[in-house]
Amino acid sequence: MKVTLKINGETLTLDVPPMMRLIDVLRDRLDRTATKEGCGEGECGTCTVLVDGEAMNACLIPIGQCEGRSIETAEGLSSAAEPTALDRAMVERGAVQCGFCTPGMVASVRGLLRRVEKPTEAEIREAIAGNICRCTGYKRIVEAVMAVTEPAEERR
Amino acid sequence: MAERVAGTAGWMGEAPARVDGPGKLCGATRYAADAKRDGVLHAAVVRSEVARGKLIGIELDPGFDWTGIVVVTASDIAKNVVAEVEEDLPIVASGEIRHMYEPVALLACEDPVRLERAKAHVRVEVEALPAVLTIEQALACEAVIYGTDNVMRRCGVEQGDAPSAIEASEVKVRGTYRVGHQEHVYLEPQVMVAWWDGDGVHVEGSLQCPYYVHHALVHALGEPNDRVQVRQAVTGGAFGGKEDYPSVIALQMALLSRKAGGRAVRIVFDRKEDIEATTKRHPARVELQSGCDRDGTLRALEAKVVLDAGAYHTLTPVVLSRAALHAAGAYRWEHVRVEACAVATNTPPNGAFRGFGAPQVLFAVERHLDAIARELGMDPLELRKKNLLGIESVTPSGQVLESSVGVRECVEVAEARSGYREKRGRLGVGNCVGSRTVRGIGASVVLHGAGFTGSGEERLKGVVAVDLLPGGRVRVRSSSTEMGQGTETVFRQIAAEGAGVPFDRIEVAVPVSGIVPDSGPTVASRTVMVVGELVRQAASDLGERVRREIEAGGGDFAAAGDRLLAREGAVECKRQFVPAPGAKFDDATYRGVAYGAYGWACNVVEVEVDLDTCEVKVVGLWTATDVGRVVHPVLCAGQVEGGTLQALGWALWEELLWKDGRIVNPRMTSYIVPTSLDAPPMVTELIEAPYERGPGGAKGVGELPMDGGAPAVAAAIEHATGLSFASIPITPERIYDALQKAGREARS
Repeated sequence: MKVTLKINGETLTLDVPPMMRLIDVLRDRLDRTATKEGCGEGECGTCTVLVDGEAMNACLIPIGQCEGRSIETAEGLSSAAEPTALDRAMVERGAVQCGFCTPGMVASVRGLLRRVEKPTEAEIREAIAGNICRCTGYKRIVEAVMAVTEPAEERR
Repeated sequence: MAERVAGTAGWMGEAPARVDGPGKLCGATRYAADAKRDGVLHAAVVRSEVARGKLIGIELDPGFDWTGIVVVTASDIAKNVVAEVEEDLPIVASGEIRHMYEPVALLACEDPVRLERAKAHVRVEVEALPAVLTIEQALACEAVIYGTDNVMRRCGVEQGDAPSAIEASEVKVRGTYRVGHQEHVYLEPQVMVAWWDGDGVHVEGSLQCPYYVHHALVHALGEPNDRVQVRQAVTGGAFGGKEDYPSVIALQMALLSRKAGGRAVRIVFDRKEDIEATTKRHPARVELQSGCDRDGTLRALEAKVVLDAGAYHTLTPVVLSRAALHAAGAYRWEHVRVEACAVATNTPPNGAFRGFGAPQVLFAVERHLDAIARELGMDPLELRKKNLLGIESVTPSGQVLESSVGVRECVEVAEARSGYREKRGRLGVGNCVGSRTVRGIGASVVLHGAGFTGSGEERLKGVVAVDLLPGGRVRVRSSSTEMGQGTETVFRQIAAEGAGVPFDRIEVAVPVSGIVPDSGPTVASRTVMVVGELVRQAASDLGERVRREIEAGGGDFAAAGDRLLAREGAVECKRQFVPAPGAKFDDATYRGVAYGAYGWACNVVEVEVDLDTCEVKVVGLWTATDVGRVVHPVLCAGQVEGGTLQALGWALWEELLWKDGRIVNPRMTSYIVPTSLDAPPMVTELIEAPYERGPGGAKGVGELPMDGGAPAVAAAIEHATGLSFASIPITPERIYDALQKAGREARS
């Protein structure tokens, strides 16, 4: 079937089987490999992308449900050439180790920051609760987000 | 903790931004499964489905269309062995099935859908035999699957006369402690690709130790060294899980590719297969018996350690050595006897996992110290402080600790930062903080030998090369891999300081066999301390050569370097590991210098236990860790924090459940690792008691954080509830059962 959707702002029309997973469309059809597969069943969060601004697991979304939607991946949410304050904070403050969870983590954090300008620590932890990181202990991920948002209260 | 601002030079002690960060962040970095390969064949493994048996036959369903599907079974393999410590592990099973997930046939096909169908059409006939599935079953010898008594390996450490000294002691305590499997759950599952061309065989994958894989390929394929090339892809976490296992899939892919005429063949494990088929942390049973004085002076310890090796050796003999040498913990005992053995079971072979035998025995000895403190009516941390190893102390192997023992400072700092003493009095059994919640605080003190055990480093003789490049740039070549821990960044720092140039002048070569020298494997907390020191020495040699050129002909580093290059063609400085004078270890008697240096740590954990749901929430974690010298404050603390959370996971949630040799919960839905909501606030203190043979004084830090978390959690739960757990994980179900039992006992 033909599906028209936006990926990182670019409108694309794809001819794809409707049940093909969004993660496979991104990785195999479009060669956008920022989105990783860590478990394939929505538990690890490495494939998190923004769908119309909301963080979702790309391994659980059939492409047939993406008609007219806007998909954002780490390729569009972060930049090595022109890093944002969040990008810099994540690298400098130790939020990145092996990096396999990182693109999904970025998507969840960006999704949060669209909804809440200055999230509390609890809100940050809640927002990334679906993104497993086995390397960092999460502390430095949370701190990197807080460093660029300067939450008004509940700062530990 | 205030972080030091990155300086312009980025030398040791500063915090330059990690070099692989930006690419990983925006997804530009390609991991092994991300690389586009046209015409690549996808691979799959058909596994036994029986825990123990005789392989009668393998039949390809004649009703299925096998066109375009490559099949490899044991009959295709001339030398069917994955060379590790021993040579018992087959690439594909032949004759005997020793565990549930043993590979019996390998398939490859361009179309992944047909590949999946084909798997179902391989008929494997196995005659099942009674299986040995636990340590107890192995020791009972109801079925004998290895040697005459199921014992794969034994070792022991002895100092003084522990049995007599315990007999003569004023206070005697005994206990049995158990820990289970732990799965690595690196976020990137195993990936490997192999192909053949005129130059031989090439493999590329997510791996820790390129030369382990290289050795296994050369050994089994009968190709000369230079016709086997192993390249490390960007690796998404490993924790030991990509130390030995990649050799297995590298060989499997190489064999499939050879049969496919050299076409590239790639395997990407899904999470279920990764949890089922790959190595895990060894389960252990540790029986301890000790004697001490009434005043808390520890006298003697006797330890009987049993590890569950699983079906094959993999790295078990080395894990067992480390377990035996850490079994007495961070304390002075005049008399120690450790008897350690590893038994064979019909479960997937266990292998390397961060800590490598130490977390198992340190859980036991730390819980045992808590039991002694209870017996004496003493504060558990006071008991520890009274008996800590120090400078001039002698370890159970007879090693005299000459320097770099920061353990007392670790304890003092963690105690002060956590408010341990005040909380120990205010919190605890009976002191509800909510209507039905109690809090408790507990501590552990641990050590971890950095570098290979015993004569290991002397045998490895690791080599590092540093090259001068045009424009005053410098390249480090080593086989130490980046897997998230920060090798690429800290090696740049060390080389920059060694050569006397800024951080951004340094490059680190991708680990490819034949291009980088063999610096040994990226394991055993040895990368910074052992290989990093070789980096420093080689870079320093190189810097010295350029400086001599500057003195002779003027110019800056770049100009003088370019003159040198123009004259000599290539400028390379190499350094090889040289053992410390007099540092000998006897592998037969386990006497001598077991490790060049030890890292030390004190962990304090505060928990809140809900007496209705029996859930445990870790509400505070304070660690003080002696790393010798902090090379990079952010990355170093990151090792401590991430490793400690893995330890908390092992203590509270992570449990592999087994039924008839099969894993019941091989998914992230049911094997529970900590999330951001489970992770406590952490205070991380880094202590520096320098080790003179590490770069700038640095020791290993990679594994130490895995050692102290579990016993500290158990101690905190004991303080909160009065329940003393001698095994982990301490799940809500186990707390519930223990509370019920305690209630019944109180009523009767």
